Amino acid sequence: MSNVSIITGNHAAALGAKLSGVQVVAAYPITPQSQLAEMLSQFVESGELKAEYVRVEGEHSAMTVCISASTVGARVFTATSANGLLYMHEQLHWAAGSRLPVVMCCVNRGVGAPWSIFNDQQDSFSQRDTGWMQIYCRNNQEIVDTVIQAYRIAEEVYAPVMVCYDGFVLSHTMMPVDVPDAEDVKKYLPPYRPHTILSPDNPKTINSVLFPHRRENTEGVLCDGFMEMRYKLQAALERAPETIKRANSEFAAIFGRDHGGMLWEYKADDAEFVITGLGSVASEATVAADTLRDEGIKAGVIGIRVYRPFPREETIKAFSKAKHITVLEKSLSYGYEGGLCSDLKAAFYGAGINATIDNYIVGLGGRDVKAREIVDAVKSSTSATDRDVLKIKPKWLNCFTG
Amino acid sequence: MKRDENIAAMCDPAPGEGGKTGDWRSARPVIDESKCIPCVKKKSACFLCWLYCPEGVVKTTIPVEIDLTYCKGCGICAEECPPKAISMVREDKS
Repeated sequence: MSNVSIITGNHAAALGAKLSGVQVVAAYPITPQSQLAEMLSQFVESGELKAEYVRVEGEHSAMTVCISASTVGARVFTATSANGLLYMHEQLHWAAGSRLPVVMCCVNRGVGAPWSIFNDQQDSFSQRDTGWMQIYCRNNQEIVDTVIQAYRIAEEVYAPVMVCYDGFVLSHTMMPVDVPDAEDVKKYLPPYRPHTILSPDNPKTINSVLFPHRRENTEGVLCDGFMEMRYKLQAALERAPETIKRANSEFAAIFGRDHGGMLWEYKADDAEFVITGLGSVASEATVAADTLRDEGIKAGVIGIRVYRPFPREETIKAFSKAKHITVLEKSLSYGYEGGLCSDLKAAFYGAGINATIDNYIVGLGGRDVKAREIVDAVKSSTSATDRDVLKIKPKWLNCFTG
Repeated sequence: MKRDENIAAMCDPAPGEGGKTGDWRSARPVIDESKCIPCVKKKSACFLCWLYCPEGVVKTTIPVEIDLTYCKGCGICAEECPPKAISMVREDKS
């Protein structure tokens, strides 16, 4: 039985956290995340959600509270955007390094300076190398479903998950959402089983300083050094795609919605012109693909759902028949190109994919990205036949540059 | 797959889990028992060195003892000692 509500992306995220039975929430309000923090606060106040809401003075503390609560065995949630996420940066490494299954929503927003409250994805991209998994949502249904899946993934991999969705485009836009049944969620999501519980009955020293070498503890047992601990985090994330795909397929079996595991495809089977991106912009690209198909151009979309761990194997398979690839990105690594474009090229190296790749920087600071503009971008990339690889640069869509 | 119980850097608290930190020291605290309050009064008193020591290496004994295996030589005990009974002596000159 479906239970469809017409709700915003922030509302969907709040319901996802509530249905997941979070026990501790610590969040500091920031546009466009604020409604989410407010709703969770209301759920706790009204008794709908039996959790502790810890009010903090900033995002660094919000993540610190989540880390502490997770360490003593609680299922935790927080959310932030843009500069708030950057303020949390140090603690993001700390959560991943401590192997804690913290789940956080990043409501994607452009990072100052200059100030912007509007959407792009520079914030979460800037946190790419913190050891967090990153999943991007294309609509509000995916937000509620992905938050629930995120706990399954995080608690199996023992690494934190960032559920990313576009500010305003999704966070403040109302859409029909089939809200999962609470009992079904309980069946899907087992209680959190911490790898270590810190308790007065069993005191532990956590994250004491490790020296460059491995060391013997006071009982003479050789213990991991810093490098071994970091290798374990990498190994866990390398194995994570298996968990992520299973979390998706088991979710689909119970709830009837398959969001694609590591990536999703739209008319990509026979597509020569493949458009790719993360989140709502990839969703917009499906409209562009339809328009191109109407004009006789075989276009399709491959949406990257999970950006870290990067779906290397899956992208090689999915893009194997592509002749022209258009990578739409709402962020970039300044001085080079978009991070997704770089990662795709790296994955394709030696894999026999020799498609032309065009990187479009789009929609920074909330600039609208229209389907017809994506159509034009794909068409202009197809007409470029004589490419000088020494001069390839990202192109800026709808930007009035001098 | 076998569950790895050691995925976060945790250990049982015990002296020396952070290494023998005494070898970090460039100056050692030396107590003048003719000035130290518990030493002079021969009873439990003062112990501000024990209270302020960030490493927990000062023992509330009479006379007061400092565990030099782990003392990093920060000098906080010498700074806080009311009768100035503790002096920091450079390791390369002692």
